Amino acid sequence: MRGFNITITVLIASAIFSYLFAFIAGLCRISENPIIRHVTAVYVEVFRGTSLIVQLFWLYYAIPMLFGIQLGSNWWTGVIAIALNYGAYMSEVVRGSILAISKGQTEAAIALNMSKFQRMRLIILPQAVRMMLPEFGNYTIQMLKATSLVSLIGMTDILYYGDIIRSSNLSQAPIVYFLVLIFYFLLALPLIWLTRKAESISKKGVASG
Amino acid sequence: MKWNWETFFDALPFILPGLGVTVGLTFACYLFALVFGFFWTFLRRIPIRTINWTVTWVMEFIRSTPPLVQLFFIYYAWPMIPGIGVTLSPFTSAILGLGIHFSTYIGEIYRSGIESVEKGQWEAAKALNFSTVDKWRKIILPQAIPPTIPMLGNYLIIMFKEVPLASTIGVAGILLMANTYGARNWAYLEPLTIVGIIFLLLSYPSAILINKLEKRMNRRFDKEMAFVKEEVKNA
Repeated sequence: MRGFNITITVLIASAIFSYLFAFIAGLCRISENPIIRHVTAVYVEVFRGTSLIVQLFWLYYAIPMLFGIQLGSNWWTGVIAIALNYGAYMSEVVRGSILAISKGQTEAAIALNMSKFQRMRLIILPQAVRMMLPEFGNYTIQMLKATSLVSLIGMTDILYYGDIIRSSNLSQAPIVYFLVLIFYFLLALPLIWLTRKAESISKKGVASG
Repeated sequence: MKWNWETFFDALPFILPGLGVTVGLTFACYLFALVFGFFWTFLRRIPIRTINWTVTWVMEFIRSTPPLVQLFFIYYAWPMIPGIGVTLSPFTSAILGLGIHFSTYIGEIYRSGIESVEKGQWEAAKALNFSTVDKWRKIILPQAIPPTIPMLGNYLIIMFKEVPLASTIGVAGILLMANTYGARNWAYLEPLTIVGIIFLLLSYPSAILINKLEKRMNRRFDKEMAFVKEEVKNA
């Protein structure tokens, strides 16, 4: 199946960008500046409150009409839509984990005369990231499923080729779609395994939950 | 082309009738998933290793493959399977496809609820010589279900946001209406924005509502726990 590389590149690119968005937005949500905080809150709520498929179509059809610009290619449109959507979901994970670090840690860092930046980088984040890992793994599996949507904006991923074969020979539909499902499952297996691994890492060496 | 209010108000009455379909489909899928979720939970409790193993992997398979492909499978491929193939309407296919996909998640929620019931409760049911039906009906389920309600509510919202997938097989919900309007008048911006706003208007308040519900239930449980502790202390 030729659609493999599209599915995988979209998955990898949107995963990287969404982690990035998640950290930026998650840190902005706990910023002391109310403007930054509220603007990010609007971003997160808008992208969490609407469906990905609507956002994808909106970016694909509406952005060029509104601003007269193209977002590069379909590939970029897909990646940006998925990354913005899951970035919003995961920013909540980032925020939750950072807030879950006990206050004593922050106070200890202040007592050690660390700057705000040092505090975040050396004390809070190393502990918070560990808590985020399993959730990030789950969302990455979700993202794999979401990449199937890019076939709707004309990208030639696994599902797209499946559709092509199906429309040329209708009676083969069961086999074709079953194969497509198997392909997605094979892609998901390493992610499932990584997520389980992440769960055990995040639990290891923590005195109490 | 820029934003055009005329198009906006022209598209609005065209799209709104689709809302009934979208909401109706959401609830239909949800009901299906709620019922079918029990089926998964039940299957997983069968104490035979091969069955347990198979069910676990089938659930994992359904959960980690895209609902869109499953939808296509049911709509396009199911009628082609010799013997058991039946042609289904887009609406029914969507109920089955999304319903089965989410029933695996719902099944996990039920399971977590059942597992959260303390061991002592099971032992007490046995000690009091309850029949299996009575044990489940009077002891386990009344304790297992309430804690899962907020999670189940969350899934209603998640499903509401997945339902537009059904537009790809021709269910005339708001997204399909918007796309049809867009293709007819070559104006996608306004209709798609309307769809986005409708989703936001419906899902955001319900999310807040569920959040409140969750907090209230947690408080209730805390109170009950406090009451029990008090009793123990007095005894």
